[in-house]
Amino acid sequence: MNTLVRRALIMLVRLLVGARSEWLGCKPTTAARIYFANHGSHFDTVAVMAALPWPVRRLTHPVAALDYWGKNRFRRYVAETVVCAVLIDRKPKKGSEPLAPLERLLEKGRSILIFPEGTRAEDGEMAEFRSGLYRLAERFPTVELVPVYLDNLQRILPKGSMLPVPITCTARFGVPLRVEPGEDRAAFLRRARDAVLALGDRMAT
Amino acid sequence: MNQTFLFVLSGIIGLLTLSSAVGYVLDHRASQPDAIATVRNLNARIRSWWVMVVVVGAAIAAGRTTTILLFAILSFMALREFWTLTPSRRGDHHALFLSFFVVLPIHYVLLGTNQYGMFLVFIPVYAFLLLPAVATLMGDTNEFLARSAKVQWGLMLTVFSISHAPALLMLDTGGSGALLIVYLIIVVQLSDVFQYIWGKLIGRHRFSPNISPSKTVEGLIGGGLSAIAVGTLLSGLTPFSPLQAAAFSAIIVVAGFFGGFVLSAIKRDLKAKDWGYIIEGHGGVLDRVDSLTFAAPLFFHVTRYWFSA
Repeated sequence: MNTLVRRALIMLVRLLVGARSEWLGCKPTTAARIYFANHGSHFDTVAVMAALPWPVRRLTHPVAALDYWGKNRFRRYVAETVVCAVLIDRKPKKGSEPLAPLERLLEKGRSILIFPEGTRAEDGEMAEFRSGLYRLAERFPTVELVPVYLDNLQRILPKGSMLPVPITCTARFGVPLRVEPGEDRAAFLRRARDAVLALGDRMAT
Repeated sequence: MNQTFLFVLSGIIGLLTLSSAVGYVLDHRASQPDAIATVRNLNARIRSWWVMVVVVGAAIAAGRTTTILLFAILSFMALREFWTLTPSRRGDHHALFLSFFVVLPIHYVLLGTNQYGMFLVFIPVYAFLLLPAVATLMGDTNEFLARSAKVQWGLMLTVFSISHAPALLMLDTGGSGALLIVYLIIVVQLSDVFQYIWGKLIGRHRFSPNISPSKTVEGLIGGGLSAIAVGTLLSGLTPFSPLQAAAFSAIIVVAGFFGGFVLSAIKRDLKAKDWGYIIEGHGGVLDRVDSLTFAAPLFFHVTRYWFSA
């Protein structure tokens, strides 16, 4: 039943936003990976998932904000059961470990999809990356970090709107990154953000 | 209509079978890398033609409603491709939402319910006034004129123009409207195919390298004349005499050529090669119906003016 709902939802997304993927810097693989993407709308979790081929998708878990996706039973059902998301608290209490569920998944060899901006961007601008990406990269040095750029999502469902426009969304997957020896947190996060931004420049691709 | 339609359809299927056979032979004979790439693309195009012929043929054979529905879906997909490549701002969001989910459906309902007058003015008058008015409510004046023009162009090209193909069903010419659609599609698409073939075989002089690098003068003349010849032979599908059919085919061919040309110019302006990816070997829906955006309204109106009761 859940598999059926999942497939139906993915098909609906493909029909509505025409999700398509361009693997520019790497090929799909079932090995554990950390995908990190720009954040433009509530659709983007489902959009990246729809762009992944099925064998990869079933091993990949998107990370979603608890305060939005945990708000009512329907949203929680879509997030947890349909796209197998992990809900995390964006404003963790002192002493708690918000990244622990992600670490458990990576230890099991699963892939995760995170949005390091933490919140959806206003009109086109990409926010600075939060440090969780760096902490995961340090903790799992062998796992590939794949930058993903979601094109057109802000235009499909901009922040504050309930009306979707069915523009085709493209997910571009770039060259995997790793933390270089001696690279500090700020430098790495800047490099990671630039990698996503570079994929967004259509003239360059 | 049924017998003629089946006759034409079996002719097309015969032609496609022949093309597939030729594609198969070429695939085995090609040895240079660029020749292999060309043949691969040719075979992808032929495979897609099979799908398109089956889908369009089935929709037209099934009747009036499915024909109109098919073109409504094609318009929707073409409009989506248009807006995927054309930049828009946050302030256009409501105008775009209305284009897709209000203007497009109402326009096709007016067509389906035979309200010719309203069908004709709905997008050029009502949508033309409504959409910029809605956009002003968002308060963004940045490039306002250019943005409003893009919204209107998107609708005119992908919805208004394309819908003039199924609008042939509204005309009372004494013959079958469905066969007129078949006639228009065959001539406009064969013109493209013949231009491609003549261009590949004897094309030397580029028509306009700036806009469309693959279009050649030889392809244009050879392809246009071949399509007009087929259009003349198929006058039986229409209320036209063979001589009239030749003139109407010439209108379709010339309009179709400029349709493809104008849409290519827009594509270059947007720095894209294809409108989309959905039809293997061809690009997007808009790459396949670009000629129709100019040919359909012109063919509709000349037919209506001279042949409609």
